[in-house]
Amino acid sequence: MREVLELLEKDARLTPKEIAEQTGMDEAEVANFVAAMEARGVIKRYKAIVDWDKFGDEAVYAIIEVSVSLDRGVGYDSIAERISKFPEVVNCMLVSGDHDLNLLIKGKTMKELAFFVAEKIAPLQQVQHTATHFMLRAYKTEGEIMFDREEDKRLVVHP
Amino acid sequence: MKIANKVKGLPPSGIRKFFDLASSIPDVISLGVGEPDFVTPWRVREASIYALERGYTTYTSNWGLLELRELISKYMFDATGVDYSPKNETLVTTGVSEGIDLAVRAIVDPGDEVLVVEPSYVSYRPCVIMAGGTPVSVSASVDNDFKVTREDLEAKITDRTTAVIMNYPNNPTGAIMPRKDLEEIADLAVERDLMIISDEVYEKMTYEGKHASIASFNGMRDNTIALNGFSKAFAMTGWRLGYACGNAEVIEAMMKVHQYTMLCAPITAQMAAIEALKNGQDDMRQMIDEYNRRRRVIVKGFNDLGLSCFEPKGAFYAFPSVKSTGLTDEQFSERLLYEKHVIAVPGSVFGESGVGHLRCSYATSMEQIKEALGRIADLLQEIQKEQAPKIRTKS
Repeated sequence: MREVLELLEKDARLTPKEIAEQTGMDEAEVANFVAAMEARGVIKRYKAIVDWDKFGDEAVYAIIEVSVSLDRGVGYDSIAERISKFPEVVNCMLVSGDHDLNLLIKGKTMKELAFFVAEKIAPLQQVQHTATHFMLRAYKTEGEIMFDREEDKRLVVHP
Repeated sequence: MKIANKVKGLPPSGIRKFFDLASSIPDVISLGVGEPDFVTPWRVREASIYALERGYTTYTSNWGLLELRELISKYMFDATGVDYSPKNETLVTTGVSEGIDLAVRAIVDPGDEVLVVEPSYVSYRPCVIMAGGTPVSVSASVDNDFKVTREDLEAKITDRTTAVIMNYPNNPTGAIMPRKDLEEIADLAVERDLMIISDEVYEKMTYEGKHASIASFNGMRDNTIALNGFSKAFAMTGWRLGYACGNAEVIEAMMKVHQYTMLCAPITAQMAAIEALKNGQDDMRQMIDEYNRRRRVIVKGFNDLGLSCFEPKGAFYAFPSVKSTGLTDEQFSERLLYEKHVIAVPGSVFGESGVGHLRCSYATSMEQIKEALGRIADLLQEIQKEQAPKIRTKS
């Protein structure tokens, strides 16, 4: 069953029939399992990994380190939830070390992102400090290496 | 120019001969490749690069690096349950190819006969001939899922028979030898004091239970030369690294030949292999899981097309029969290549019992496998159309 999820994680467009052929399971069994995983939220959603640079889109990314001071009754979760709801925020995680929340945000221009941090994140009552790192280039995203694939160098027959 | 008679008499590799022109054909899909389509896992490559940076560029012990031999010894114990001393029962070779040559040269005298279980990889017979021995074919039959039986061997044994070369999981058929089938072979080897040269390079690629090594049977540890390597399991074909395990006396004899011919296996490859054995198991597992998925797809594909394909339980080859088409394996393979640009090796190059089959490697991406199956389906349809009128006139 784990194998079904692993296959979908690599290629979300595989059909239950294809997965059944590859794993030796029954097609209906695969379909039921996938439906159950969707219902349970184990499979959250299906999406494409896009190399926007290659498309020619001038997307800008930045990593924001956010230091937070907690108030009575307000934990990390509720601040993180507030921040996560902004569509500009791609990733939001609580981390150990010299800051608390680590965000990846996405926008059209550097200016737009800078204003987003200045207007939406920094003014939050619990936010003490932010540091913004603009991303210059992505080399690996969600497990996908953005370099060209290593080509098949094998001879067509051997020996 | 004078060329030695022994060498002149060797046939060229049947695989090579058949496909001399193949590389000039565009958009060709090859199911003919006997090596993984994966590149060596990055951690392994990186370890070798780091070794070079630190100046590991020297000879090693003739036996191979001790650290590597210790890891091999542990690996073999986990894989087969047989305990080999890393000191003098484990020899690092430049691929299993060298291991076969060393094994044969260490034990065969001129006039000795060596049984070669077929269908088999193409190097065994030439190695025996170059060592001055006489190779004797033993056919494992498709009716017995290409497993060799005691009777098959007994029928060919003479008082000159010294050894048997066999390869399970098998190239080209994908057959395996379960423990119960191996047992009678082990009994025979002990009774007749035969050395079994067991090429186990596909040992990790079994899809129904663990590989059984003949060395693990009572009395067989000293009657077996177990050959294994890194090419298939860790996708390291180009590194040329394998190993031989067995009784100290025979391994020392092999080491002597190795010492004077190869000296030692390349150190960069040995350093890479250390990393592979220490930390490469997850990468290996992932590759094998992927082979297994492709195996299911290709075997079902052939059977759905009416090319009956026995279920290969090891290695990465399917061996469907093309007898139903009315063509020989060579004819079918040729038409497949020139008309549909798909390479599959005719089974007859692997021996008598491979006649009528095709060796199709599924060490090729899933998309390519599906595309190849589609093209084979097209060819089958065309063959059927050509033959249909003939059948009608007959009736």
